[in-house]
Amino acid sequence: MAGTKDHHGHDHGHSELSDIELRVRSLESLLVEKGYVDLAALDELVDTYENRIGPKRGARVVAKAWVDPEFRKWLLDDATAAITSLGYTGRQGEHMVAIENTPEVHNLIVCTLCSCYPWPVLGLPPVWYKSPQYRARAVSEPRAVLSEFGMDIPPDQNVRVWDSTAEIRYLVIPQRPDGTENLAEEDLAKLVTRNAMIGAGLASSPGGA
Amino acid sequence: MSTRDNGILLLSGDRDGPVFSAPWHAQIFALAHSLSDRGLFTWSEWTDCFSRHLASHGDTPGEEGYYEAWLSALEEMASAKGAVAAAELSGRKDDWARAARVTPHGQPITLR
Repeated sequence: MAGTKDHHGHDHGHSELSDIELRVRSLESLLVEKGYVDLAALDELVDTYENRIGPKRGARVVAKAWVDPEFRKWLLDDATAAITSLGYTGRQGEHMVAIENTPEVHNLIVCTLCSCYPWPVLGLPPVWYKSPQYRARAVSEPRAVLSEFGMDIPPDQNVRVWDSTAEIRYLVIPQRPDGTENLAEEDLAKLVTRNAMIGAGLASSPGGA
Repeated sequence: MSTRDNGILLLSGDRDGPVFSAPWHAQIFALAHSLSDRGLFTWSEWTDCFSRHLASHGDTPGEEGYYEAWLSALEEMASAKGAVAAAELSGRKDDWARAARVTPHGQPITLR
């Protein structure tokens, strides 16, 4: 089989696996054989993170906090319990802290050491959140980073940066946009972007501005 | 280096891209999650180990470096916790490489 050539002269012989693929297959197959993991459970996990867990959950949490003062207070006092009450639990959601943006303070979340992030409410982090550049610069020059995300933070608004860890993950409650007094909770949730809940964005204005 | 060269602008373009950009990223993500769920290691142990590997992959751009660090950390954890020894891993790598060589292109590669 090896070395056979098709009529274009290409070598269509045997398959090849890159070094990375070899390492992944080796680790996975050994862990399956030894009973440490189950292939069906692994596939189920991937499906969960690809299709079921994502920032729509966080958006629902934020919208509820905007319309329900009791829930907002609970969220600020004990985010883990308030978020769990909506059925959102799981890995990296055990110790949640919600922090609120105000006209005085804008909050930004980072994980300087790796990529700790509140999976149960935001899903897995975007590529930029995991990049060494963001992890370093969010702390050293947060205003510059925010301006690259298109946000001009007024000089009199403080910027506070929160470093997530394996123990604590943060969720930003963005400011409720003006002109949304008559919107229902479900419509408000549509204005809450993923970036807004990291602090790297603002909630959208109604009408898409 | 200017801030733009640092790549935040470029990276912020990934609005709602795929959660995993390569199948192997998803595979090793699920392995770490699953092993921690069953108690082989705590998530704090994982982030300690992973951040150490991530620091040494800092020069590889984009997601590749991130997931290469994830894989190295997973290999270290599996070995440190007695689940899969380094020698077993390298033997199994040879098995897979051999399996690939005897599998016609385009067909699924399996061990035996």
